[in-house]
Amino acid sequence: MSFYPQCAEYGAMPLDAMSAAVTGGDVRRALAGECRSPGDLLALLSPAAALYLEEMAGRASRLTLQHFGRTIQLFTPLYLSNHCANHCVYCGFNAANAIPRSHLSLEQVEAEARAIAATGLRQLLILTGESRTKASPEYLEACLGVLRRHFPSVFMEIYAMEQDEYGRMIRAGIDGLTLFQETYDESLYARLHPHGPKRDYRFRLDAPERACRAGMRVVNIGALLGLGDWRKDALLTGLHAAYLQRRYPQADIAVSLPRMRPHAGGFQPASIVSDADLVQIMLALRLFLPRLGITISTRETARLRDNLLPLGVTRMSAGVSTAVGGHSQESETEGGAVGQFEISDDRSVEEMCAMLRAHGFQPVFADWHPPVNGAAIPAPRAGGLV
Amino acid sequence: MTGDGFEIGGVVLESRLFTGTGKYADDAVIPEVCAASGSQVVTVALRRVDLGSATGNVMDHIPKHMKLLPNTSGARTADEAVRIARLARAMGCGDWIKIEVISDNRYLLPDGYATCKATEILAAEGFVVLPYVNADLYVARSLADAGAAAIMPLGAPIGTNRGLKTREMIRILIEEMDLPVIVDAGIGRPSEACEAMEMGAAACLVNTAIATAGDPVVMARAFGRAVRAGREAYLAGPGVSRGLASASSPLTGFLGGEGA
Repeated sequence: MSFYPQCAEYGAMPLDAMSAAVTGGDVRRALAGECRSPGDLLALLSPAAALYLEEMAGRASRLTLQHFGRTIQLFTPLYLSNHCANHCVYCGFNAANAIPRSHLSLEQVEAEARAIAATGLRQLLILTGESRTKASPEYLEACLGVLRRHFPSVFMEIYAMEQDEYGRMIRAGIDGLTLFQETYDESLYARLHPHGPKRDYRFRLDAPERACRAGMRVVNIGALLGLGDWRKDALLTGLHAAYLQRRYPQADIAVSLPRMRPHAGGFQPASIVSDADLVQIMLALRLFLPRLGITISTRETARLRDNLLPLGVTRMSAGVSTAVGGHSQESETEGGAVGQFEISDDRSVEEMCAMLRAHGFQPVFADWHPPVNGAAIPAPRAGGLV
Repeated sequence: MTGDGFEIGGVVLESRLFTGTGKYADDAVIPEVCAASGSQVVTVALRRVDLGSATGNVMDHIPKHMKLLPNTSGARTADEAVRIARLARAMGCGDWIKIEVISDNRYLLPDGYATCKATEILAAEGFVVLPYVNADLYVARSLADAGAAAIMPLGAPIGTNRGLKTREMIRILIEEMDLPVIVDAGIGRPSEACEAMEMGAAACLVNTAIATAGDPVVMARAFGRAVRAGREAYLAGPGVSRGLASASSPLTGFLGGEGA
């Protein structure tokens, strides 16, 4: 099975014209129902729906509260390596970019882990550039051997893998995958990825499904909004998530909503995604998939992230550095390390927690005890709990 | 109401409302919620318990007098549920365990077969097992055979606040099962908890409806009162429901004992 046929079918449709033709009545009809059909999602992402954001927000807020409560999961990214074999024209790690390249030793991984764990965070997202030689499965397994001593939950955002490799990563302690299709527009994808293994659109599109088949607990997908027509990419992201939810109900499916940010390559977005557009995307996806996890990264400003809280967000990053070794080494400017993108919210974990509490949300650090053989069992309190 | 306790795993409980710990804006409200509800049993997702955390721990907010009911939220298989239960016991959470095995993240419906398997293993290890299941008589019987201490059928899918959508199936369980039937999930309003208790449920477990209320403490108190009211109504034996009005002063009352 594959999402590709459905994706290709929608790709061949005149989606921009269909979206432009949506009327206020169509939006109201969608909002009057369960918002569960692709047509509903198209309507909620249309220009006409921009006039109904407040109504959508109220409903999205209620759905999020019902399914997730007043809680936000916190995590931070840990960049293990920025070596990359790809030439993605929009990315700071592009192999053609003359930036300092580095790769953490296991001792450095330990130092990063200690620095992050000291902030109280218990969930980690490891990232690498897409270099199978510098970030091989063997290297990742060795890193996980270190990291799992500090973190009960480790997600990964790396190159697309085969199903058996995902199984190997799960056995090593990975419980979540983040993998962005970047854009669902196949012809645009080819132009944006001129060289390197990532050029294989279909292999990447099917990767989240391979991870689900391998038993991945959480699978997080998304498009890099601004690379192409954001309405199309948001629609296909939603349909892709719905496809995965339906076929792999045992997996928690989530999306991220990253927008293009300035970076070393100087690539400019094809379409500007405004704050209102971003809100519309989030609300539409929440109404379409009430149990969908939604992540908002530090690409967004502190002010915007704070205001997005009640609208559908379930997971946020905190204490972020997008540079290799950025948590334990010198600051990015002093150390010469270059991040994948510039962050807009540099608040510490402590500051994020204070903000969440001030807004009536509970920061959640731990959300899973990994089923790894031999994993240490936390010691009970003296006298136990009951 | 005293003298109307019910027993689970050798523990006699006076309160028939079980509460939860998920979805709160701040765990510090949990003691107030527990006190207002009168609950004696509180469930906690072990996945959220982090005893070594420097950033706070839900366990710090659970009143010491309460019976802890750790649950296996997040388990997708019987094996995972068993592992989480053993972990809970090793962490000092006691022998009670609420089994949740859910491999459907769209509707969060429980897997009855996997729940039975986990129940059988854990009951044999001395756990007091309270399994969360669909309201299904065959599954309930299998759970009883496997050593469950109670049956916890859903009223509606978790977190939906949709009320007793499985009312008729729950009625059958109450009628047929010797084990306590504790309605768990879907109850959104105190009146729905009251209705479950009027039907003869042994207890109700309520989390989302309290945690997501505008004022969780007041809502907890309302649920506590509703559960007690429903229980009293059940014990009182409600009058028979009729299709037609029945005058409280019958027309043939003058006949005394001679009338039909």
